[in-house]
Amino acid sequence: MSSRLSSDNRAKAEAIVACYPQRRSALIPLCHLAQAQDGWLTPEAMEEIAEILGCTPAEVRGTASFYDMLHLEPVGRHVVTVCTNIACMLAGAYEVLDHAEARLGISVGQTTADGEFTLEEAECLAGCDKAPCVQVNHRFFGPLDTDGFDRLTDELRSGRLADTVPAHGTLSRVDRSVGLPGRQASDGSIPTGGPATPTTQAVS
Amino acid sequence: MITQAPRIVTSRVGLADSFTLERYLATGGYEGLRKALTMAPAEVAAEVNKASLLGRGGAGFPAGRKWSMLRKAATTYLVVNGDESEPATFKDHMLIESDPHQIIEGTAIAAYATGVALAFIYCRGEFALGLERLQQACNEAYAFGALGAGVLGSDYSLDVVIHPGAGAYICGEETALLESLEGKRGFPRIKPPFFPAAVGLYGEPTVVNNVETVSNMPWIVTHGGDAFAALGEGSSRGTRLFALSGRVEHPGWFEVEMSKATFRDLIYDPSLGGGIPGGKALRAFIPGGVSAPWFGPAELDLGLNQDVVGQAGSMLGSGSVVVMDSDTCPVRAAWRVTQFFHRESCGQCTPCREGSGWIEKIMHRLEQGLGREEDIDLVLDACDNISPGLSWPPRQTTICVFGPSIPSAVVSVAKMFRDELLMHVKEGGCPFPKDTLHRG
Repeated sequence: MSSRLSSDNRAKAEAIVACYPQRRSALIPLCHLAQAQDGWLTPEAMEEIAEILGCTPAEVRGTASFYDMLHLEPVGRHVVTVCTNIACMLAGAYEVLDHAEARLGISVGQTTADGEFTLEEAECLAGCDKAPCVQVNHRFFGPLDTDGFDRLTDELRSGRLADTVPAHGTLSRVDRSVGLPGRQASDGSIPTGGPATPTTQAVS
Repeated sequence: MITQAPRIVTSRVGLADSFTLERYLATGGYEGLRKALTMAPAEVAAEVNKASLLGRGGAGFPAGRKWSMLRKAATTYLVVNGDESEPATFKDHMLIESDPHQIIEGTAIAAYATGVALAFIYCRGEFALGLERLQQACNEAYAFGALGAGVLGSDYSLDVVIHPGAGAYICGEETALLESLEGKRGFPRIKPPFFPAAVGLYGEPTVVNNVETVSNMPWIVTHGGDAFAALGEGSSRGTRLFALSGRVEHPGWFEVEMSKATFRDLIYDPSLGGGIPGGKALRAFIPGGVSAPWFGPAELDLGLNQDVVGQAGSMLGSGSVVVMDSDTCPVRAAWRVTQFFHRESCGQCTPCREGSGWIEKIMHRLEQGLGREEDIDLVLDACDNISPGLSWPPRQTTICVFGPSIPSAVVSVAKMFRDELLMHVKEGGCPFPKDTLHRG
């Protein structure tokens, strides 16, 4: 597993930075990019993101640790998140969650010994019309009963859902196809984005 | 169908290719933007003012007035809020996946009307498919000429950037959203300044509009603000998306003419919610997201109108309605709402950070039958520390409105279901059936 960004991803990172008037704005997109490469957000990746953005690794970690989707520890190949918020709860989501723990032999927050599944409990995923709903690597499934959960995990284990459920960390598989005019160097060099200056927080 | 109102934001939803440029262009796509570009920006804004469109994110602020508050400056931004996270709200999610070009076109119209050259669409990170559809639509819009230099052959230029979130409810709060977009933790900003229109992204004046709000723009420009305002009545005009979930036959989103339909229509009409499974009785419903105080059967005939619901002591909020039937334990439902707030509190303000945990623990022990009668007063006291007086609209002791949203469910249960709370205490357990899966 490479913890530095690949040259392809490094180029993507620079293109993402160029979309923003201030480099720091690219922090979350770059964390997603690194997580798509490694499956989780490694300390080395956070250092490299800090280099790219012109901030400190602590600032990257301090921001990343705020967000549920960014994993600062290794996770399984499939991160299964079961929503238990009110709409899913009323449709029996805790029965699905209890079943998931028994079926996978792990508790919420844990990863199976074979590294196949990490189980999480989610707050509302905005899939309430398909309650109870589950996400696997941020792809939606639902409504799901306990038999449906078993079928889903069997399919995932066998690799038959590899097209619909990409590796953990992958969000959009569609990249931006155009740069922002005025932010691309005319000599074709890597676009640099805006200044790396800190922004002011408005206070009274 | 309750009224003959047109489908304004969902006209393409349901078509297999609703998200493609081909379908969009074949169904009038980008004609609103084309028309807008023949008008002066102020004329476009005037149409939106005439439409009396209220923001569809949750606060219900008039969209036209929000635009007019934008401070004049050399650099201004538009940020479209697609971070939909209010529990039981799933209408923006649907719009993002089903009609991303409508969002791009609405964004372009809003940007033109407000004189913005760079707009961001902040999409909730968990919407991976939505991010793909939005980025694809954005790429196609550039190739088509609807974005970029010289929009549709005019001398107006606009760039749009699709920005992913990373999982944090609080980022739906507009100043937290801007912090997040600046690459920071999603901490709501201290007010004043109250409005991003004065001090927003990178300290510059910024308009923040919800996804559904901008999705209305193409129709409003094409048909005129008066045509929009002719639908609905009073303060609430046009149509609005309602997300219906919980114990109903047909959970889903419904585009309904505002003010003309009632909660009873939404929940029971065969073309809408279709009633409660098994013909069970309605115990309560949440009228506008879990931040809203609950209603009971007596409020079923209230109209879907912002002022009507506000005067009755709650809010239409994010447009999500959760139905609880006679089998639903209201204490358990309220506990789960408080657990959500405890988990999602950003932690800046002590009353919210600490109070949400205390409230969740007390509600949990009550629900489990381990509580005491005094716990009811205790939990209300903890709520009062966050929102003094427990009145509606709530007072607040915190930077943002997240804190004062926490008491809504607790106060509702204490008011409406005191007997049920006491039953938990007396019986030493929950007297209601367990939530189970519906196996069809």
